[in-house]
Amino acid sequence: MKPFSYERAGSPAEAAAAAVRTPGAKFIAGGTNLLDLMKLEIETPVHLIDVNGLSLDKVEPTPDGALRIGALVRNTDLAADERVRRDYGVLSRALLAGASGQLRNKATTAGNLLQRTRCPYFYDTAQPCNKRRPGSGCAAIGGFSRQLAVIGGSEACIATHPSDMAVAMRVLDAAVETVRPDGAARSIPIAEFHRLPGDTPHIETVLEPGELITAVTLPRPVGGTHIYHKVRDRASYAFALVAVAAVVQPDGSGRVALGGVAHKPWRVEAAEAEMPKGAKAVTAQLLAGAKPTPENAFKLPLVERTLGSVLAEAKG
Amino acid sequence: MKFDTPATTNPIDQLKVIGKPTSRIDGPLKTTGTAPYAYERHDVVPDQVYGYVVGAGIAKGRIASLSVAEAKAVPGVLAVVTHETAGKLGKGKRNAAPLLGGPEIAHYHQAVALVVAESFEQARAAANLVRVEYRKTDGAFDLARAKDAMGDSAEHKKEDSVVGDFAAAFAAAPVKLDETYSTPDETHAMMEPHASIAAWQGDRLTVWTSNQMIDWAATDLAETLKMPKEKVRVISPFVGGGFGGKLFLRADTLLAALGARAAGRPVKVALPRPMMANNTTHRPATIQRVRIGATADGRITAIAHESWSGNLPDGKPETATDQTRLLYAGANRLSGTRLAHLDLPEGNAMRAPGEAPGLMVLEIAMDEMAERLKIDPVEFRILNDTQVDPEKPERPFSQRQLVQCLRTGAERFGWSKRSAEPARMREGRWLVGIGMAAAFRNNLLTKSAARVRLDKRGVVTVETDMTDIGTGSYTIIAQTAAEMMGVGLDRVVVRLGDSSFPASAGSGGQWGANNSTAGVYAACVKLREAVAQKLGFNSADAQFADGQVGSGNRRVPLAQAAGDGELTAEDGIEYGDLDKKAQQSTFGAHFVEVGVDAATAEIRVRRMLAVCAAGRILNPLSARSQVIGAMTMGVGAALMEELAVDTRGGFFVNHDLASYEVPVHADIPHQEVIFLDETDPMSSPMKAKGVGELGLCGVGAAIANAVYNATGVRVRDYPVTLDKLIDRMPPIG
Repeated sequence: MKPFSYERAGSPAEAAAAAVRTPGAKFIAGGTNLLDLMKLEIETPVHLIDVNGLSLDKVEPTPDGALRIGALVRNTDLAADERVRRDYGVLSRALLAGASGQLRNKATTAGNLLQRTRCPYFYDTAQPCNKRRPGSGCAAIGGFSRQLAVIGGSEACIATHPSDMAVAMRVLDAAVETVRPDGAARSIPIAEFHRLPGDTPHIETVLEPGELITAVTLPRPVGGTHIYHKVRDRASYAFALVAVAAVVQPDGSGRVALGGVAHKPWRVEAAEAEMPKGAKAVTAQLLAGAKPTPENAFKLPLVERTLGSVLAEAKG
Repeated sequence: MKFDTPATTNPIDQLKVIGKPTSRIDGPLKTTGTAPYAYERHDVVPDQVYGYVVGAGIAKGRIASLSVAEAKAVPGVLAVVTHETAGKLGKGKRNAAPLLGGPEIAHYHQAVALVVAESFEQARAAANLVRVEYRKTDGAFDLARAKDAMGDSAEHKKEDSVVGDFAAAFAAAPVKLDETYSTPDETHAMMEPHASIAAWQGDRLTVWTSNQMIDWAATDLAETLKMPKEKVRVISPFVGGGFGGKLFLRADTLLAALGARAAGRPVKVALPRPMMANNTTHRPATIQRVRIGATADGRITAIAHESWSGNLPDGKPETATDQTRLLYAGANRLSGTRLAHLDLPEGNAMRAPGEAPGLMVLEIAMDEMAERLKIDPVEFRILNDTQVDPEKPERPFSQRQLVQCLRTGAERFGWSKRSAEPARMREGRWLVGIGMAAAFRNNLLTKSAARVRLDKRGVVTVETDMTDIGTGSYTIIAQTAAEMMGVGLDRVVVRLGDSSFPASAGSGGQWGANNSTAGVYAACVKLREAVAQKLGFNSADAQFADGQVGSGNRRVPLAQAAGDGELTAEDGIEYGDLDKKAQQSTFGAHFVEVGVDAATAEIRVRRMLAVCAAGRILNPLSARSQVIGAMTMGVGAALMEELAVDTRGGFFVNHDLASYEVPVHADIPHQEVIFLDETDPMSSPMKAKGVGELGLCGVGAAIANAVYNATGVRVRDYPVTLDKLIDRMPPIG
């Protein structure tokens, strides 16, 4: 771990301003990912801006019936929130499928969105990785890729985004609220928040330098049956091989998003028109153009079968 | 004490203390966090500083240039040790590759430097500033390719074990199987990493470490540092898991010693978790071919088992065929291992080396063969039981209750409810299957010594360099001394893991329990003689009970024998050739029920049973803990554990506990363990054997067989993961 300086921010706008003042600064909240990466010198911030004191830890309804989740709401608290459990069950279930109780107690909503990939080559500083060291190459392509992306990857990177929470937020059409260093706020649809790797896999979101997430807003409840089905080799405390987040309406229509298959939560709205026809039809569109490796080609039938199971469960 | 005739009745047979389910006496220290583990021994020597290891970033080649200037400039840095500064080092005979690499690099993450600093953070930060440029050379990293390159050359078969005419008998057999299987590289993944503190006093070296085999560690450390063994002291009273990964001297200990010498201060070193898989040893992958021929009514006439594994030049093969020489009858037999040169990290022992991967394969093959014969898998094994060494029929087994294990297990598990035809049982979304496998592990005899002291309060103190790696050694040794000296457990103190104590068997190969307690038995026999003499008893008549020594009407407190001082006795157990005359092995049967998700093919174990016949069970509580822990490890081996080899770069890619998965609580359901009544007078005066590895042997195959029973999909390459099933699962919805 490299030496770094540290400050506590007084307000979100101050935090954002401080972050651009010191190049190489990073925000820290729960620290469940950042601190590990700093110990390995995969992340080497010269300055940490602690945002834990910013009172962004409330879950509040908005006047128009949406639910606004503060950036610092811990995963445990969000999963247990009565409104979330009642109206956004897929989110509560996704959160509880992730990490462990101890980690969920620390991990925050914004931090969860911003966690880095779990690609093993990203974690090994002796190996090339375009995400860790832009331009150095990708050791995962042609290497051990069982966990990695099957769609949306590039010649530069086949990493996946590891979050469960973000997949549920994607299916719920959440919006990410931020404040920029000039104090201006904006709202980013979650569909646009995470980027595909392209030839700049080290740039993972559309956040601008210094821009700080203040909240995530869930639109008005859409009803339906909420299911989060995470598939993994062991029963708990493992990243998804694939995950399916779904909201299914009584008439068979609905929405679906995938985790564990791409550099971002994966959703193709056009595919959802096929939902009444069943998993095969939906998957064909969802994963059209997929480019799996020999080691992770199993994810394609696995997605279809998992989605089939989800749709059957929704039918009851 | 020489043990060369079968044990007769002795004080252990009283079973007042031995054989009782006794909570571990070191439990309170562990649950209160006061058992001192190596890295936490802040109190043993002042002025400790921190060492951080730099691992090689290539698998094979040479260091082209090495610069430590930047690292040395970091505030707090006291020394940097590299091959250029360490002086000439030897190599312990138990290490395949040097523990400090350079200029030659033998494997990925081989240590190339140690940075010593005032704080851990300084040492770690400076370690990242050690600049190493490498010149890579090509290496061999792919076992399958290496196997192909070996071909069918006779050179690799020179040491095969051959009985009868396998080829002819196999050709003539009406029912036969010829299949190839594989098991992956595995890492021990024990909770406590390798860790050591080293301190020099002049030319004397003391290390506080975490090691299973104190005497091996002291010997190899002295050898590597080219110093007299008498000047090395190794202390390891508590070990947070080893599983074979701590059988040997490793880089943490050597580098702590070198760092302490360079810095002139005591140095502590722990291997960071992401370095453990590639820096230390692992269980090597195997490719195994099994051929079995049988008569139509299920009698094996021909059995062959060959195993290919790889290792560094001084490494050994994984002995995955050993059990096949002894487990089943059959007149025509062939078995052997073939060793390929691989430039991956050193392969070496991991819990039940040989038998664990060997039975994972053999016991699938037996299941497949039973199916071809249309015979129940339990009955097929019973039909081919042997009470003699099938290679040397004049040699019986000392005890062999395999059939009883199988029958008891089948009865208790409800085996009769299993559908012989696969993919027939379903509960909701779960395809349900039941599988079984035989368990087998040899009982190894090795000498073990102890010192026993009696003080004037009547307290008996046992000292031996035996280790407790979480197994319960403290407790069974205390039980042995209490039984022998006729005192309660509260009157016994056990001190372990110190090379200044008499050398023991150590912990490995499931030999620790029987041998170390037999060594304590021997020392106690000597102490009893000394006590009897001191108190004026004829030692043959003296009874030791309730803290007293008595004969006829006379009773004297035991403590009196110590007078105003202390009475000490030291002895050890040594073995004659009883294990040559009769084969000593432990036996068991594993039964497992699994559920396989009909849609996703996720596999979850639902219940497990192990039935074990392993001599006298010294402490049913700690023995059960050993077996359920081993069964858990078997779930890992069957369903998830695999070090993924990058065959381009020559290293294990998933080298942390996020990517190398071992079972968590949610994976482990109801587990039951049954120990059959058994004493083995050929094993030692304790009449005991080991169970810690037996509990792992066969578990993987029982699970794989259960998955087959659930799905009808036969997976021959471990781990059995959903990607190997998904294309053959039933259609959904």
